[in-house]
Amino acid sequence: MKKNRSHVLPGFGLSLGFAIFYLSLIVLIPLSMVFIETAQLGWDEWFRIVTSERVIHSYKISFGTSLAAAGINAVFGLIVAWVLVRCTFPGKRLLDALIDLPFALPTAVAGITLTTLYSENGWIGQFFAPLNIKIAFTPLGITVALIFIGLPFVVRMVQPVLQNLDKEVEEAAESLGASRFQTFRKVIFPELLPALLSGFSLAFARGLGEYGSVVFIAGNMPMKTEIAPLLIMTKLEQFDYAGATAIASVMLVISFVCLILINLFQIWCRKDRLAKG
Amino acid sequence: MMSIQIRRVSKRFGNFLALQNIDLEISDGQLVALLGPSGSGKTTLLRIIAGLERPDEGAVLFDGKDITDVHVRHRKVGFVFQHYALFKHMTVFENIAFGLKVRKRRERPSSSEIKRTVDKLLSLVKLEGFANRYPHQLSGGQRQRVALARALAVKPRILLLDEPFGALDAKVRKELRRWLRRLHDEYRMTTVFVTHDQEEALDVADKIVIMNKGAIEQIGPPDEVYDEPASPFVYDFLGSVNLFHGRLADGKLKLKGAEIDVPGHFGASNVEAVGCVRPHQLSIEREKNGGDSFRATVQYCRSIGPDVFIELAAAESDKYVEVQLNKEEFQKLNLKKGETVFVRPREMRVFIPGH
Repeated sequence: MKKNRSHVLPGFGLSLGFAIFYLSLIVLIPLSMVFIETAQLGWDEWFRIVTSERVIHSYKISFGTSLAAAGINAVFGLIVAWVLVRCTFPGKRLLDALIDLPFALPTAVAGITLTTLYSENGWIGQFFAPLNIKIAFTPLGITVALIFIGLPFVVRMVQPVLQNLDKEVEEAAESLGASRFQTFRKVIFPELLPALLSGFSLAFARGLGEYGSVVFIAGNMPMKTEIAPLLIMTKLEQFDYAGATAIASVMLVISFVCLILINLFQIWCRKDRLAKG
Repeated sequence: MMSIQIRRVSKRFGNFLALQNIDLEISDGQLVALLGPSGSGKTTLLRIIAGLERPDEGAVLFDGKDITDVHVRHRKVGFVFQHYALFKHMTVFENIAFGLKVRKRRERPSSSEIKRTVDKLLSLVKLEGFANRYPHQLSGGQRQRVALARALAVKPRILLLDEPFGALDAKVRKELRRWLRRLHDEYRMTTVFVTHDQEEALDVADKIVIMNKGAIEQIGPPDEVYDEPASPFVYDFLGSVNLFHGRLADGKLKLKGAEIDVPGHFGASNVEAVGCVRPHQLSIEREKNGGDSFRATVQYCRSIGPDVFIELAAAESDKYVEVQLNKEEFQKLNLKKGETVFVRPREMRVFIPGH
C-alpha cells in the first residue's frame, strides 16, 4: 500500500507544481499577454474599440453562429454516436474513422470545399437557391462550417459513455413497463448529458476561435458576415496590435464566462453522483 | 400468481447452442431455482421467461396463454439483475417509483399513492430513511434490496431473479435468501431464480431445476435431487462426489484393485459404468477386509470445523479420492501423510452411461 492513499500519482507536490508551471507556460502567460498588450490603450480607447458597431456585430455573429452550430452538433452528434455504437452495418469502421477527419483536414481546405458546395451554383447550394435560401456568404454558411468543424467533439465525447452504458439498466426500465422513448428520456439521456455538455462546450469553444474555414464561406461583409477573429486578423495586418488584443480580450472574457456556466451546469447535473464512485 | 409453461424451447447464439428443447412446467406460487454451472443456459432460460430474449423455437405460456411474442414491457414480470441495474442518477425513491411513474396517465397512481406504495416497499426491504440516497451511497446488499423493491412496485405476477445474491458476501447472501423465502411466502408470487450455488438452491427452493449444457438434467424437490441424483453430473454438482469408472458384471462393479457389490444391477453384463460415492460414504481401514476395498496413499488432510477431509491417491489407478471423516474417527485412525491404507465404499450409486 502507498503511504499517501488519496493520491495515485507519486510525488503529489511535484506533479502539482509541474502541472501549474506547464499550464502557466502554455496557457496563462500567452493569455495574460492579451490583457497586458491591450492595457496600453487605456480604458477610453479600449471601450471605444470594443463598442464600435462593427466589432459588436462581429461578436454577435461569432457567438450566435458558434452557439447554433454547437447546438446542432449536440443533437446530430448524439444521433451519429448512437448509430456508431448501437447499430451494426457494413462500413461502420470506415464511418467511425471519418468522424475525425474534420480534425485532421487543414481548415482552409474545409473552407474552400464548403464554399464551393454551398455557393449558389454549387452541388448543394443550387437546391436551396430556388427557395431563396442563400447559404454561402451568409451567417448560415458560417454555421455550416462550424458544424463541420465541431462534429467530432460531440461524437467522441458521447461515444465512450454510450459504449459503457449498462444494457441491463435499459432492460430493467423496459421490464418495469417503460416505453422506448421513456427509457431513452429517463434512463439513457441523463447518463449521457454530462458528456453531451462537454462535447457541446468544446464544439462551442472551437467555433468561437475558428478562422480558417469560416473566412472563405463567410464572405466577410462588414456588419453582415464578419466574425470577430477576422476583425482581429484585420487589425493585426494593420499592425494595430493593441486594437486586436482589445477585441480579443472581450472574446476571452465572454468565452470564459460561457465555459464556466456550462461547467457549473454540468456539476449541477451530477451533483449527487460525483460525491463517490 | 401464475403458472409458467416452457414448451420445446431452443435458443442459439451464433454457433453456440444455449438451450435445446427445454420443457418445463412451473406451477402457481412455486419458488423454483434454476441451478447449473456457468454456460448451462440457466440465465438464458430466465431471460426467455422474462421476454428479454426470444426463443428460436418453442413457446412460453403464462397460465396457458402463449406469450412468446409479448414484449417484456407487457408481461408484468419483475426482473432482478445480478448487478442490480439501478438507475444511478435517481434516488432510491425514484428508482422504486419508476415502474409506477412510467405508466400511461389513465393507469398511473396519484403521486400520494405512489409515495404510499414506495414507503411500504421501503419498510418491506428495511430501507426506511434511505429514500433520498443515491445507489452509490448504498452497500451491495442494500442495492439489491432496492432492486427487489423496484421490481415489486409494479405488482408482478411473476418474480424472476438472475443470480440475485451472486455479487454479495457469504453472510449477507444467507440473510437475503432467507428473506426472499419469507417474501415469496407472504406475497404469494411465482418466483424463479437462477443460481450456481447449490447450497442456495437447496436452502430456499421448492423445486430445483438442474441444468447442464443447455439441457435439463433433473427436476425435483431439494431433498430428492440431493438424495437421488439422476446422473453423475447432478451427483457432482450437488456436493462433492468420488467417481469410480469401471466395468459392471455379475452384480459387481469391477475397478482396478477392487470389486464392489452393487445390488440392483444384475441384469447388466460387462458394460462400462460409473460409481458415485460421496466423501462421507467412504471408510478408511488399516487392513484389507475383503475384495471391496482398494489400496491408497494419504496425500493431504485438512479439517474444517468438525469434519476432516482426507485426500488419497489410489495405488492401482492414478485417481484421487476424497474421504470425509469426523474428528473422532480421524483421531482414532491416527493417519499420517504418505501412509498406505485401504479405502472402502459403504454405499455406491452406479450409472451406466447412455442409460
